[in-house]
Formats: sequence, structure tokens, C-alpha cells
Amino acid sequence: MFSSPYLTKPASVSEIMLKVMLALLPGIGFYVWYYGPAILVSITLASLTALATEAAMLKLRDRPVAPFLKDNSALLTAWLLALSIPPLAPWWLVVVGTAFAIAVSKQLYGGLGNNPFNPAMIGYAVLIVSFPVQMTHWLTPHPVGHPELSFLEQLGYIFGGVLPRGLTLDAVTMATPLDTLKTQLHLGHSVGEIRDMPIYGKLAGQGSEMVALGFALGGAYLLASRIIRWHLPVIYLATLYAIAGIFHLIDPAHYVTPLFHWFSGAAMLGAFFILTDPVTSPTTDKGKIIFAVGAGIITYLIRAFGGFPDGMAFATLLMNICVPLIDATTQPKVFGHKGGKR
Amino acid sequence: MMRQLFRFHGGVHPPTHKSQSSEKAIVAAVMPSKLVIPLHQHVGNIARPVVKVGDRVLKGQVIGAPDGRLSSAVHASTSGIVAAIDMQVVAHPSALSDLCVTLIPDGLEEWVVNAGADYRELSHTDLRHRLRQAGVVGLGGAVFPSDMKLYGGKNKIKALVLNGAECEPYITCDDRLMRERADEILRGAEIMRALLYAEEVAIGIEDNKPEALAAMQQAIVEGRYQGIEAVAVPTVYPGGGAKQLIRVLTGIEVPAGVRSTDMGVQCFNVATAYSAYRAIAHGEPMLSRIVTVTGNVANPQNFEVLFGTPVEELVAQAGTLPGTTGHLMGGPMMGFELPSAKVGVIKAANCIIAMSEALFPPPAPAMPCIRCTRCVEACPQELQPQDLYWFARADNFGKAQEFSLFDCIECGACAYVCPSHIPLVQYYRYAKSEIWARERDKTAADTARQRHEFRQFRIERDKQEKAAKLAEKERAAALAKQQAEAAQTTAPADEDAQARIQAAMQRVQAQHDQTHPKNTDHLTPQQQTEIAEVEARRAKIRELAHPEADISHPASHLQEVARPQPEDLPKE
Repeated sequence: MFSSPYLTKPASVSEIMLKVMLALLPGIGFYVWYYGPAILVSITLASLTALATEAAMLKLRDRPVAPFLKDNSALLTAWLLALSIPPLAPWWLVVVGTAFAIAVSKQLYGGLGNNPFNPAMIGYAVLIVSFPVQMTHWLTPHPVGHPELSFLEQLGYIFGGVLPRGLTLDAVTMATPLDTLKTQLHLGHSVGEIRDMPIYGKLAGQGSEMVALGFALGGAYLLASRIIRWHLPVIYLATLYAIAGIFHLIDPAHYVTPLFHWFSGAAMLGAFFILTDPVTSPTTDKGKIIFAVGAGIITYLIRAFGGFPDGMAFATLLMNICVPLIDATTQPKVFGHKGGKR
Repeated sequence: MMRQLFRFHGGVHPPTHKSQSSEKAIVAAVMPSKLVIPLHQHVGNIARPVVKVGDRVLKGQVIGAPDGRLSSAVHASTSGIVAAIDMQVVAHPSALSDLCVTLIPDGLEEWVVNAGADYRELSHTDLRHRLRQAGVVGLGGAVFPSDMKLYGGKNKIKALVLNGAECEPYITCDDRLMRERADEILRGAEIMRALLYAEEVAIGIEDNKPEALAAMQQAIVEGRYQGIEAVAVPTVYPGGGAKQLIRVLTGIEVPAGVRSTDMGVQCFNVATAYSAYRAIAHGEPMLSRIVTVTGNVANPQNFEVLFGTPVEELVAQAGTLPGTTGHLMGGPMMGFELPSAKVGVIKAANCIIAMSEALFPPPAPAMPCIRCTRCVEACPQELQPQDLYWFARADNFGKAQEFSLFDCIECGACAYVCPSHIPLVQYYRYAKSEIWARERDKTAADTARQRHEFRQFRIERDKQEKAAKLAEKERAAALAKQQAEAAQTTAPADEDAQARIQAAMQRVQAQHDQTHPKNTDHLTPQQQTEIAEVEARRAKIRELAHPEADISHPASHLQEVARPQPEDLPKE
């Protein structure tokens, strides 16, 4: 005999995770269109690694394996990590990152619901600190017109480390638009000159801007289907826009437009898919706003003044640390204790 | 005039399942074979049984008298014979037994003499007394004695809110009552308004019951009621929660632990208003109520059911279907599964839902909380259910209270939306009961400590008193001794008296010897000599055993008492 309520809404954790994964599909579609199918390989590799690691860890922790494998949370982590690292990378890069993300940052903390840090971002941080070289070789999008690798050639490099005769890794890859921006600014070029480079498109990087747009579309779906709430993505993007806008207005030669920031790097992916991880973000509305503002500021500071080209991952992790404090200090007043009518 | 409505936070929209039972008129349930009437159907003290086994009782006769200030009367639902007064399983989630009167109906429906009155001709004290004697309690489910709620508060009562929201799925008893007996509800509302000196009456009816709303509005117009308004409120669960309905209709938020009358508002269920009217105007005590019988039954509908009717006999009238796994009392959001289908219908029973696997599949196994805050969005009390869950799970009760655990109304909206299928309400109930238990333990410990301290004090006091008395006695004894020693010197003056006493005693002995012959008389001379020898030996032995005459010394007796008593130490 169980107790009330005897009715429950047909919803489940696995369904929520699945919907988030579905929302990633437009972005992934653009990814494949502009960079070829290599990303699908890393997504597959990451997914298999995540499931295997999750199963092994659950077994070691003496927890039921099947219900937790079916919750789709490990798969989502795998997808997010795969989308954060270069697709044309040795197979072990994504495997190491995913295994670390699941084993250490999720399962060692107690598994689903208990991890203080976003597992995908921990995986990314470990990789960028440990393997900076492999993490900077991003595929060149096809409109930029470099020699393009076929799917087989991409597979050959991922699993065998060999490229077609006469091609070097530098010929088929490039730094990200954010990275290039930073390097070129250091070399004394102005934003205007840099933006004229062929790798840039209307908003930000050729190809990558469209992938970001794809993620934004997916984010809109998540908002519309009430999987996520507006506070985190809207406030994060607004903060990023505001700070970038202020710097851009002060010195447009050295600071790119706010839209460039929106459509570069992991801003869109982060806004809709990473900051919104419920486990590692605040539960109160006020807390969500503080969290998003903080993440926006840190992202911009790292991008504009820090050592890494993008700041999304570290912004997320730094704000993850603050979540218990934010939650504790932003408790709303409960019904009847607010005093007066509203 | 459009009334301004207010919003409350959250709420959910579970499927209503109301249409199955809402379109059929109320039917009187057939007389059951027996009535099992619990004496505790209300908040407060259990009613005191005032009938004996074997008594014939009349319909409406008091069988349980209110006991203490917060209590209510219980009546015989029909005429018949009291077959038993004993402990029986009652409709309570604890599945515990309680004192019940079992009544075998005689089918005559013979009433006690009862007389109604015009409420305007009765004093308010008299009205409240009549309601109490009529066993009128809140029929929305809380069964709080209504007379206790009909006093004014610190502030003038702005509004009397009548609750016809009926937000729980499946339940349609108030819907039918409003459609069929609207005028009597309004008359009850007038009595309540008079007792509360309330300015206006607002009747909240969820907008998924347009017929009930229309019926009430029509009755207001036809009866020319002034200051009573039937208002459509948005359909959202738990919009029928008293705090939520008060908020929607008046904007007032009543916090936990505060009397709503102090905030200038009071709330009653429409069925309570109806019963109050019947009790005052017709002198009819509460003997029955409208019960929705629905779920896994052939003909879901509303019945007018005598209290004490066994649930299984009631459900049978709606057509018991195979596959019934149990019975819910109340709605699926806040109700509970009855421990047995044999329990009697009580005043709190607004709905009986026959359960089946198909209607109520067992809940999916609970997954960890992912802090998705769907519960926060659903909570009408604006709590943080996910935090309360963590605190309850960790037995961190202090923190749970800090996060307003006791503001939780256990509506179940959080658990309804939880994608991890965590039985959240169960955790809150657990935490609340643990906290209550600890409070009780603490109170008990405090009382024990106070008792212990008083006992220590008492022992110490007694000891001191005893010592003082002893000292007094010793002093007296010493004085007596001194006097006795002083008397020794004058003792010869008494020798004459001593001799007189001796002589008197010898005379008595001689008389005795004459009237009572000894067994040594009429013996042979040989026997007499043998006896004389024995006597002589005995005398000698006596002499050896008692070398001195027995002299009692007063001081030796005193020493005995003065010996220190074993310490009377506490066992703790």
C-alpha cells in the first residue's frame, strides 16, 4: 500500500534527457553539413564510452545498472562533450574525456543527481589542460575551401592517425574563430581586418555560426516544451551581450560585436544545454539569474582577457562551485509569509 | 460586477475523471445490513458513548456526546438496536482500530423528536451549541467542529468563503449538491455569516462546473440573497485548498499556524453550510452525506449515505467490478487507501474510488532527484520541495523546519509532476511525524526532569524535616530522662500503690482458680507428685533463663529510631 498522490504525470528523467538530445539535432545537422560526418564518429565513440563507463561504475558501486543506463543522462553528457571537442581528433581523446567525465565527475560523486560539476565540462577541462595541442585542431568548414577529407579519410585519421598523402594536419584543420581572433589581436591587427579573413562569415565564424544557430533553435524548442526555463539562457546571453556591447562601443577596433560572441564558441550550446543542467545549476529563480550573470561575466573575461580562447567551460565550472551558496542565500519567501497582497 | 480574482503560485492539471459521476442525480443509498459508526469522526476529543449494548436508539439520537471543548456529537444514523460498542478498524490511513457503535437498523427510520428554529430568533451561543450537538463538522475533509470556527477573530471578518471548488479529480459530491440543493446551501451560508458578522459571502466554484455555478447563481437571484456571490475560479489543482481558495477570492494569504479569522476571512465547504442549515432550521443532526462512488465500478454516481454504512455495501450499489484492488477514500491526490472495505462511511468520506491496476498502476521506481524544480513550479505554497526532500531524507529536521516544512499542505502536486517518481509527500509526512514525535519526547523529558527535580527537592525537604523532628524528640527524651532520674528519688512514695496492685492481682488469680478447675485437680497422689516435680524443674529453668526482671528503658527505644535510614537515592 503506497500513499497519496495516487496519480502521477507521465514524465520521466529519461524522457527529459531524450528531449534535450533531440534538441541538439539541428546543431548536429549543421555540424555535419559544414564539417563532414566526423562529428558523428566522435558522438558515437563518446556514447559507447559513456555507457560502458557508467555500467562499470554502477557495477563497482553495487547499484542497479539497467535503470540508470536507461535514464539517458550518460548519453547526454557524451553528446555534449563530443560537441565540445574537435571532431578530427585521435579516438582516444574523446574516450579519455568521456570516461573521466562519467567515472570521476559523475559516478564518484554519487551518480545521477549528485554531481556538483557539469560532467561534460569537467571532461572538456581535463582534455584542454592535458592535451592542448590535440584540442586546437578544429576542422575547417567546407565553404572556406581547403582540401576536404572524405569520411573514410576522416576515419583513417581518427583511428589510425594517418592523413592522405601530401596533406598535413594544419592543411585540413584550423584554429577556432575565437582563437584566431585572439591571436590576430595579439599580432596587432584590428577587429575590422580580422573579420575580413575568409574564415569569418556574417555573424562569426563560417560554418560555426550556423552550428550555433542550430543550437539556438534547439534551445527554443526546449523553452517551448518547458524542458528548461528561460532564466538561465536568456540572462546568460543578455549578460554576455551587455558586456561585449559595452566593450565594443568603447573600442570597436579591439572588441568584437556582441553578436560575434553569441555565435562563437560554446555560447549557444552553453546557454541552452550546459548551464541548464538542472543538477549543477541553482533551483531558485533568483539564484538562476545570479548564476547566469556570473557565467556570462566569466565567459567574457576569459574570452577577452584570459589565456583560453573560449571561457564557457570554466565559467560553468566556476559557477557550479557557487551553486550551494547561491541556493542557500536566494530562498524565496513562502506562501503567507510575504506580508501583504501582491 | 466582475470580481477581482487573485492568483496563487503553481498548481497542476491532472485529468479530472469527473464526468463519469457528475451527470447523475444524487440517489439515497439503500439501508445497509448494519452501521458501524466510529465515535471519533471529527477533529478533537472522541465522543463519549452514551448508549449501551442492547439499547434501542432512534434516528438522530445522540450515541456519542461531545467530550471537552473541541469535540462533536455522534448520532444514530437510523433507528435500531445497538449491537456492539467496541474497537473496530476505521477509515484512517493508520489502519488502527477505534471505538465504534455498531447499529442494526430496524428499518422503521423512527426519528427522535427534533425541532428546527429560525436562526434569527436564537442567540449566537445557542446556535453554536446546536451545531455542536448536531455534530456539524467540516465536510471538505478536515472534519473540524464547525461551531469552533464560527467565532469572530482579531479583525473584522471581511469575507466568508464557501468552498465549492472541488479541485480533486473524480470527486463530484459538491458539484451535485450545488446543482440540486443550492438554496439550502445559501441558507446555511446566511447562518454562518450571521455568526461571523461577515460582510460578504463568496462561493468559489471551479470553472469546470458551469452547471453548479449556474444553479448557485440562479438560487441567489431567486432567493434575493444580498451580499452572496457565486464566483467561477480557474480550474487548477489544488484550487480547492482552503488557503488557495481564500487567496483567489480575497487576495489574503493565510500563513501556517494562523487563524484565518484573524486575517479577516473564514472558509467552509458548501456541504458544511448545507448541514448547518439542516441542523438549525430542521433540527436534523448530521446523519448522512453525499458520497461520490466512482473508479472501477459499473455505475459511478453520487449517493446520500448514512454514516456507518460499510464501504463494501455502498460500493456494491454502484456495481462492484472485477479487478478491484482496493478502495481510496477522498480523491487520488490527497486521499488514502482504506485498510478494509468493511469500514463505515464517516463524515470525512466525500468520495470512494474503487481502485484497479488499470486506473492506478503501481508507481514507477523512484530515481534520484535531478533538481529539475518541476516541483517548485507546481507547489502552491511556494516551498522548495526538492530541498525539503533532501532534508527529510537526511533526517535533517531542523533544516526542514527552517525551510517551512509545516507550511506544506500535502496536496501532492510536487509528487504528481516529479519525473523521478519520488514519493515526496511521504517524505514530508515522515519528517513531520518525526518532528512531532521528538517534540513529544522533549515535552516528556522536560516533564520527567521537572518531576525528578521536584522529587530531589522533596526528599531533601523530608530529610531535613525528619532530622528536625528527631532532634526535637531527642531533646524531649533527654528531658524525660532527666525527669525520670529526678523521680527515682521520690519512688518509695509509690511502694504502697505497688503493693495494692499486687494484692489485687492475687485476688483475681484466686477467683479464677476457683471458677476454672485446673486439669491437675482430681489426680492420683502419684500424678500429683510427678507434676510437682515438673513444676519445680520448670521454675528452676525459668529462673536460669531470666536472671533479671525485664526492665524496659525508654532510651533504648529512641536509639532504635535514630539509626540512620538507608539513603533513598533516585534510581536514575
